[in-house]
Amino acid sequence: MLAVRVIPCLDVAAGRVVKGTRFVDLVDEGDPPELAERYAAAGADELVFLDITAAPEGRGTLLDIVERTARKAFVPLTVGGGVRSVREMRDVLRAGADKVSLNTAAVATPDLVRRCARRFGSQAVVVAIDARRRSGPPGGAPGWEVVVKGGREGTGLDAVAWAARAAALGAGELLVTSIDRDGTQSGYDTALLRAIADRVPVPVVASGGAAGPADFVAAVRDGGASAVLAASIFHRRQHSIAAVKAAMAAAGLPVRPVPGVAA
Amino acid sequence: MTRIAVVDYGAGNLVSIDQALRVAGASVVIARRPADLEGADGLVVPGVGAAAPAMARLARRGLVGPIRAWIAADRPFLGICLGMQLLFDGSDEDGAVTFGILAGRSELLRDAPRLPHIGWNAVRRTRDHPVFDGIAPDAPFYFVHSYAPRPSGASAPAITLAVTDHGADFVSAVARGRLVGVQFHPERSGRDGLRLLARFVSLVAAWPLDAAAVAAGAAAGPPGRAEAPAPRSEP
Repeated sequence: MLAVRVIPCLDVAAGRVVKGTRFVDLVDEGDPPELAERYAAAGADELVFLDITAAPEGRGTLLDIVERTARKAFVPLTVGGGVRSVREMRDVLRAGADKVSLNTAAVATPDLVRRCARRFGSQAVVVAIDARRRSGPPGGAPGWEVVVKGGREGTGLDAVAWAARAAALGAGELLVTSIDRDGTQSGYDTALLRAIADRVPVPVVASGGAAGPADFVAAVRDGGASAVLAASIFHRRQHSIAAVKAAMAAAGLPVRPVPGVAA
Repeated sequence: MTRIAVVDYGAGNLVSIDQALRVAGASVVIARRPADLEGADGLVVPGVGAAAPAMARLARRGLVGPIRAWIAADRPFLGICLGMQLLFDGSDEDGAVTFGILAGRSELLRDAPRLPHIGWNAVRRTRDHPVFDGIAPDAPFYFVHSYAPRPSGASAPAITLAVTDHGADFVSAVARGRLVGVQFHPERSGRDGLRLLARFVSLVAAWPLDAAAVAAGAAAGPPGRAEAPAPRSEP
């Protein structure tokens, strides 16, 4: 049975892993490949690097980090942040990434999703969707708007409709972040996850708001997520990956045992 | 040192397989043209994506004939993911005609709850094979694919090595003679993945020659088999 993936997300800026409430109050956390190796050894099922600077002049640094990580951590690596073309995606894959996540560029040019999927296969194309809750009609269901540029800019797009379109264009996976919950440790937006998971045939990765093991369980059970991503609770060592997996297993979810730790 | 040629036909990340084979104790040559296969002891065809463009790129690089000849000579071969699917007759994904070395076609995982099948899943062995020595009979490996080969014909049970469940069982590993194919990614499957690659590398150096015994699932391997070196670093 396919295990629910637990995925630490590493924010990378100028070649270093940083932490902070996303994009502000950044604190240097260390060398990305070293941290990646540590997380892999601790039982991470995959790793995500998010290049939060995503400046064109920093691409060389990012590619070097990706390659050094791929040579140290033998678990899958997804890289996101600033990829705007088939050629840029090719460079990141060549450096050692298994998947590339497209966000702002996919919203601006949806056909990029189709072209990348055709060139590299759907399995390599993740579309990252940052969503913000908006109030629906009185008495109606809530809705979510797609936001870009780290949540600073609205798009008017409905997040669930965009998710369905991205999957139809060839995205092999959707990384769904609740911008309202991100960095708040108030739990995933399970209604958002469920709305999207019910509309698409591809796996949905939950992101934004995890505070503890119960949130991971809820993202899968209530939200229908296939994988759970978190940053701060792992970086701050509030919960180990092993503890999160143990809680998920206790709740009856299939997880991959942490190597070296009895299931 | 055992030399492994890894075929590069522009189908994704080669860094992980290159590094994993090095950690497994091999010297690695990235093969982009037929001449690159000279001097290699073992051949690895990795790859993700669709079959038709992969076959076209292999053909453009003049590698279809040399790969076919390599396998026909029963030289050590490992196909990973798409590299395994290409061994069969064809793929339903795009109607591609592939090597046709093993009978069967790659089919969509029709009963899957979600596709692509992405993540760690149990690889349940249906018989013993030395490439899995030291690995639990249902160890999880990392998958990322939507299609998988369905072996057909009289040889199907004999070549099937392992199955995996994603809505229904599909064949996740095959072997015949000195050929091994895996649908998962050992280079992305942590410690057990490195162990499998280390086993392959040591088999390349000293494969138990009795292919019939391997195919029959001989419980005990022939004597004198080389032991796999321990991976130099744990992921």
